[in-house]
Amino acid sequence: MKKPESVLIIGSGPIVIGQAAEFDYAGTQACKAMTEEGIRSILVNSNPATIMTDEGVADAVYIEPLTVPVLRRIIEKERPESLLPTLGGQVGLNLAVELQDAGILDEFNVRVLGTQLDGIRKAEDRQLFRDLMREIGEPTPPSVIVNSMEEAREAVAEIGLPVAIRPAYTLGGTGGGFVRTMEEFERVVQTGLDASPISQILVERSLLGWKEVEYEVMRDAADTCITICNMENLDPMGVHTGDSIVVAPSQTLSDKDYHMLRSASINIIRSLGIEGGCNVQLALAPRQDVTAWPAESIREGGGVGVPHDEPLPYYVIEVNPRVSRSSALASKATGYPIARVAAKIAAGKRLDEIANQVTGRTQAAFEPALDYCVVKIPRWPFDKFEAGDRVLGTQMKATGEVMAIDRTFEAALQKAIRSLEVGGKSVLWEDAEAEVEPILAASTPTDIRLWHLLSAIRADVLLDDIAQRSGVDPWFLERLDAIVQMERRLLSEPLTPSLMLRAKRMGFADEQIANLAGSVDERIREQRLSWGIKPVYKMVDTCAAEFDAVTPYFYSTYEEENEAEPEGGNRALVVGSGPIRIGQGIEFDYASVKAAQALRSAGWGAVMANSNPETVSTDFDTSNRLYFEPLDEEAVRDILENEDGTLNGSGAASGGSGVEVASILQFGGQTAINLANSLTKAARPILGSQADVIDLAEDRRRFERFLADLGIPQPPGTAVNSVDEAVLAADAIGYPVLVRPSYVLGGRAMEIVQGVGDLARYVTQAQAAAPGKPILIDKYLAGIEVEVDAICGGPGDDAVLIPGIMEHIERAGVHSGDSMAVYPAPNLRAAEVAKLVEYTAQIGNGLGVTGLMNIQYVIMREDSNADGDVYVLEVNPRASRTVPFLSKVTGVPMVEVAIHAMLGETLAEQGYPSGLWPATPLVAVKAPVFSMSKLSGVDTHLGPEMKSTGEVMGVDVDYDKALSKALIAAGMAVPQRGRALLSIADQDKPAAMSLIRDLGEAGYELHATAGTADLIRGLGIDVNLVPKREVGGDPDVIDLIRSGGIDMVINTPEQISSTIRDGFYIRRAAAEQRIPCFTSIDTAHHAVAAMVEGSADYNIATVSEYTAGRVAVV
Amino acid sequence: MTERMDHPGEAALVLADGAVFRGTALGAATDTWGEVVFNTSMTGYQEMLTDPSYAGQILVLTYPLIGNYGIDPPIDESRQIQVRGLVVRSECDSPSHPRGGMRLHDYLAAAGIPGIAGVDTRAITRRIRHEGVMLGLIVPASEIEAAKRQLAELPDYDTQDFISVGTEQPYRWRNGVPTPLAEELDGPGPHVVVLDQGLKYNILRNLKRRGCQVTALPPDSSAEDILDLNPSGVLLAPGPGDPQLRELQVNTAKTLVGKVPIMGICLGHQVLGRAFGADTFKLKFGHRGGNHPVLEVPTGRVAITAQNHGYAVDPDGLMADVEVTHINLHDQTVEGLAHRTEPVFSIQYHAEASPGPLDNGHLFDRFLAAIGEARGD
Repeated sequence: MKKPESVLIIGSGPIVIGQAAEFDYAGTQACKAMTEEGIRSILVNSNPATIMTDEGVADAVYIEPLTVPVLRRIIEKERPESLLPTLGGQVGLNLAVELQDAGILDEFNVRVLGTQLDGIRKAEDRQLFRDLMREIGEPTPPSVIVNSMEEAREAVAEIGLPVAIRPAYTLGGTGGGFVRTMEEFERVVQTGLDASPISQILVERSLLGWKEVEYEVMRDAADTCITICNMENLDPMGVHTGDSIVVAPSQTLSDKDYHMLRSASINIIRSLGIEGGCNVQLALAPRQDVTAWPAESIREGGGVGVPHDEPLPYYVIEVNPRVSRSSALASKATGYPIARVAAKIAAGKRLDEIANQVTGRTQAAFEPALDYCVVKIPRWPFDKFEAGDRVLGTQMKATGEVMAIDRTFEAALQKAIRSLEVGGKSVLWEDAEAEVEPILAASTPTDIRLWHLLSAIRADVLLDDIAQRSGVDPWFLERLDAIVQMERRLLSEPLTPSLMLRAKRMGFADEQIANLAGSVDERIREQRLSWGIKPVYKMVDTCAAEFDAVTPYFYSTYEEENEAEPEGGNRALVVGSGPIRIGQGIEFDYASVKAAQALRSAGWGAVMANSNPETVSTDFDTSNRLYFEPLDEEAVRDILENEDGTLNGSGAASGGSGVEVASILQFGGQTAINLANSLTKAARPILGSQADVIDLAEDRRRFERFLADLGIPQPPGTAVNSVDEAVLAADAIGYPVLVRPSYVLGGRAMEIVQGVGDLARYVTQAQAAAPGKPILIDKYLAGIEVEVDAICGGPGDDAVLIPGIMEHIERAGVHSGDSMAVYPAPNLRAAEVAKLVEYTAQIGNGLGVTGLMNIQYVIMREDSNADGDVYVLEVNPRASRTVPFLSKVTGVPMVEVAIHAMLGETLAEQGYPSGLWPATPLVAVKAPVFSMSKLSGVDTHLGPEMKSTGEVMGVDVDYDKALSKALIAAGMAVPQRGRALLSIADQDKPAAMSLIRDLGEAGYELHATAGTADLIRGLGIDVNLVPKREVGGDPDVIDLIRSGGIDMVINTPEQISSTIRDGFYIRRAAAEQRIPCFTSIDTAHHAVAAMVEGSADYNIATVSEYTAGRVAVV
Repeated sequence: MTERMDHPGEAALVLADGAVFRGTALGAATDTWGEVVFNTSMTGYQEMLTDPSYAGQILVLTYPLIGNYGIDPPIDESRQIQVRGLVVRSECDSPSHPRGGMRLHDYLAAAGIPGIAGVDTRAITRRIRHEGVMLGLIVPASEIEAAKRQLAELPDYDTQDFISVGTEQPYRWRNGVPTPLAEELDGPGPHVVVLDQGLKYNILRNLKRRGCQVTALPPDSSAEDILDLNPSGVLLAPGPGDPQLRELQVNTAKTLVGKVPIMGICLGHQVLGRAFGADTFKLKFGHRGGNHPVLEVPTGRVAITAQNHGYAVDPDGLMADVEVTHINLHDQTVEGLAHRTEPVFSIQYHAEASPGPLDNGHLFDRFLAAIGEARGD
């Protein structure tokens, strides 16, 4: 196939559950690969927080909504010769199919690179896929579609119990389930038939409890097929693979099993005509003493048990004919860059023509050999969403994941747990609620089942029983048991060098050893080093040391030979941000990557540490050296000492410079910044803002005094320790007040309280949760919220550059991460801006910040004609979530400037002034994106606690156009005409009136609950009264939403934080129906205004065209 | 890591270059010596342990977790464990699999084969990669100094005659086991005579699955012995040791070419290569693993192959009638040969897999097709 001259690459859009940073990694690799091949790349993505959308990654970068009309215009403008559909996740793939179906690819002669859409259809369409599998002799789970109880009985007679019942056309599988007995069967079939609007159910063989195994497979146009990696899920079938603990390579598969499934995977990708990467998921028969399966599952023959010359039965579950989350994991687990190679295959290369960059001397046509064990644990958002349903099933719930590498499963697992950063849950954590009956807790898959399994083992429940109840293979339980046995030894035996070494080889952190042996971390560390017990670093080289490799990609282990010799020269460690979670997303990986790049361009060596396999930062060519490690004090200190040359051998002898390697902590979010104190205590140098700067900004008392000294106002507030104190304080300050626990960040557990009743409840609960910790009460100021990012030259320079000021659409009270933000701030007055600039410089210099800083302000205008007062809400002396957004729209490479400042260059020397950078001739709107449809039980209303998982950007020459695009990209655009449901809390009714008028004038059909309906009628607008569920009625408000009869919901919550309210169900119904649901009048107002203005005339241009002012203002 | 409690003896692997790796004893409580080689396969330890091509060698497994799915005796690839010793990072004493319940330690102990666990196998592998394969001993930790002295007196691997690793008696492959030669053959399929220099049973299983009647002969069988059986085809099977010591088999091969279709595998391939005029040479650290890419020259396709060999054919001396059909993409060594006019071909890698990828079974089909053509089917 001829190599194309240009290619269109579609990104995956905002981060949502199921589609995270892995596609930034894939897309970035694809763009680089295309550049290497001399192919012009045109990239489209709505997500500004990505490396792929940075200038220079692709030849043309569009940050525009991912819709067919937008893509058509880009294709029309750019005339790409080809399209690469398989690197932008499901979003990119679906868009490619839609573009073809709409005839656009044909119209503009765009050919599809790599796997053809026909093959993609065969992989994605359930029936076509099953037909194809039958044709090539690969087994899929037997199933029958039935319409009556009688037919169902015939079906089960053929398939055999257990079976899964899936009713047709019900949302989220309502009315179905797994059944093990005929009694259950009769009952569930009846419920299923009743639940299905067409009385139809699918009876399918249940593979619940079977082993779930994945293969990452590649194929080129010459039909060479290779598998990169296989992975085994610790959680058996029944839990989404994205929510499973995964180990690579498989641990319990024999050579026969391994290669049987490998051959099946290759067989499948050949039949689909895959050219590139593909993920195949299979179910393999488990031990029959763990989960029984009928003997007739054996493909041919039969009989009880499986004769030795018969392979174990297996089924093909599904394939992803594209680069996926699993392929990102496999890439990091093996060192084999799947996305890069897939892109090269798409460009027409054969596997044996693509170099293996890892070894530098072999080709991509080989299969990686691992000589270590990799464990992935998902990162779930239930620390944020305590009310969420934690039970795991077929709907993925994790926002991110961690990966750890070591030479044993036990050690890799323990490192992965250390990497999770879930509120102090070390391996030793016990769930108090599970203590009563640990075996019961361990039987249900949840985000904390790993701990429940450990608890059950600690409670001496037989491993066989745990295996039967949980479906987890005994091999894994034996490994957990080994950890528990070591815990017991550490508890009971004196700590000797040999016991310590054994514990370290099993992955016990110093902290846990200290905990068990009744010591403290630092003492254990000293003792350990004095005994010469220290980690060595081994290379991830794709070939199990068979060849000399050049990849600088390392993991720690307690063995003999260290392969990461110190390199000498100027270098610094960039501490990454760990797993993607709500509040700490891809933005921080962006900043970490840019930091590494800036260090390298400044002639420094960049050493990266991170634990998140989905990221660009853990791509082995982002930094000079990559350590895949937990981001805790122990791991980071070990890395630093290894880089110094003091950990393994003498620094001088190993070429160490004798200079202590410094850490850069301000780009890895709270994860990295939290290390500042301990690294300072350990006398480790930090580049950029010092630990005391961070403490000054985070310690409420010190910070109050600091601002007072500067004469900069902040909302009045105080810390209290009891309900009585709280009530007195709130009375003095005046309601509404903002309450939150001290030293909890990211708006967690923060509430706006309107009266004394809620205040008392809040304080009581907070004190029960964290006894002895004070609670902070601040005046809630409902003004304009403004966010400022600044780069400080640091002490001696005192220059403070503000690349841009963003104004929030929602008034203060909504977490900044969930707010829509506009650049440049449209409604600020010159005097207010001047004050913002002045305060920012004073704070930056006063704190002594070197590098990045983010400040949130609120502007209160007592009188609409007078300039407002500016209050400081919060200062974060680190890179913020808005760094990628602002870097792109202002053209100021913020991280690079910050790094140079840390290395001692003044801003002036870098060519940047102090003060506010002139606004670029564009308007950009950042909109949050939520994953609420995937998290049942979670209330969706906006508040001080962050809930969004990702963001999009709309950029254009004016506000209306930019806003329209942001709303479209975020899936919040409302149709020109339609039906709106309104249910508005009393306190928001005054603010809602003009919104209601706008909707009425736009010709919207309005439906409302009682109080809101009165308001609407009072405005002289027609409205249909809908009964609330608690009142009763048929249909009630929930039925109305679920019936699909509503296009938009506007529902603001009563200021009483109880989820057992109608509003909660309204919001959940809207989330599940996936229709826009506005819980802030401000957002709704702007969205409706954008709809009224019309959006068809927005521009389509590259980011650089917007920043350079090359897009005409109509 | 699983630390064994029932045989916690300290052991050491002592290499010819003086390096010592300390660990814990595994398997039989006895000393051993051999050429230390490494294999990078992530599965298939039982198949490797019973592969006769490892005779005389101490096997280092680079994958660190060994024994996870236990031992399932019926899948042994030969009549016994063939390695002289086993070196692992971590051995599993609580295996789990629907089939295998036996522990690796018990399997080794019962066979009288020692091993060592808990050592830095990656460091050992890197040393072998840099220095080349070398002799080594596994001994109790108290005998390290003695072992170092003993190393000087051990015979070179390359000079050792491994002819006895092949079968001593002819046998037929029936019902999945070797059975004594019966008077009659047991079916209408082509009769393949296999020169058993130390083969893996899966070669025979592959032939049987394709409808062949299979007779295996000792490695010193003459061309006349073979032709007396009136074979439809002859398979020159793998085995251990330096092909330079196989002049007898080389001459047998020379006689057979032109008389009967021949397939050579591994040592059989090297024997054919020598019969075709080529020399063979020793590789620095061999090819042992399940992931080696081999270019099939005629198709341009890359095959992922299972390999276990320490020597290779030097293509320089090959007669003009023979072409190189397969090339190793890692080091460009010869991986396959074919005669241009006669139905004779060979591969350096293991089409029978076990352990390893099942991608290359088509080579047996090719052999059967050649046989069919010769028989006029």
